[in-house]
Amino acid sequence: MSSPPRRRRLEVEDIGDVTVVNFTDRKILDEQNIQIIGEQLFSLVDEMGRRKVLLNFGNVEYLSSAALAKFITLNKKLQKAEGRLILCNIDPQIKEVFEITKLNKLFTIHDEEQAALQAF
Amino acid sequence: MTDEMDLKFLPGGKFSTKRVIPSDPAQARDVQEEIEQALRGHCYNDREIFSIKLAVEEALVNAIKHGNQLDPAKEVHIGYNITPERFEVIISDEGAGFDPREVPDPTAVENLERPSGRGLMLMKHYMTLVNYSETGNTVYMYKLRNGAKST
Repeated sequence: MSSPPRRRRLEVEDIGDVTVVNFTDRKILDEQNIQIIGEQLFSLVDEMGRRKVLLNFGNVEYLSSAALAKFITLNKKLQKAEGRLILCNIDPQIKEVFEITKLNKLFTIHDEEQAALQAF
Repeated sequence: MTDEMDLKFLPGGKFSTKRVIPSDPAQARDVQEEIEQALRGHCYNDREIFSIKLAVEEALVNAIKHGNQLDPAKEVHIGYNITPERFEVIISDEGAGFDPREVPDPTAVENLERPSGRGLMLMKHYMTLVNYSETGNTVYMYKLRNGAKST
């Protein structure tokens, strides 16, 4: 099994002291992608010292429970570092996945990026 | 379909498309994409495709990671049918098996922050039926399209 090229799967932009992350993959699907996305997300906290992270799901039309696992771990890392994670712009079908799994109770979710930025 | 597959509990038991893959998530993705294309060819709508893709993804990941423990020597057997009324799939791994009744509720407060354990819940939510064999090595699922009746 060959390793996929380690291209950036995240588009990262700092708006003030908030790091806004957009996903380049419309379908956060397979295990290989999930591992790399997770590593890139975690490095924002562990190596780059980001403490306010906003995940914008505007480009995401599909994800699986493996992706949810990465977001849970990211949330824990940020909480431990006294930081905060917020999610925004989630498609209704994706939002349903969060609701079924009750992760909408764990995560702070906003409809729009602007409202999410103001929530930090 | 090989003799090793557990077919005893299957209604009917015939699948028009069969695949055998090693315990490789990349190859599972190929099967998922093949299923998606086939669903589009049968004019399934976006929501139906989303539902089926997610359930199949969760089942394949479970088979590869938990069933076969990512052992490259172990295979996953897949069979599926698509009709205008329903999609059905059977997925078998070569692992030790498990009891799906023992999977903890991932929505319980004490489990909410656990990174894993949501696949089975999502499969049950998005498919009309999810049924495991006695050993837990094989899962059979189907999804009825709106208005279709179970046979």
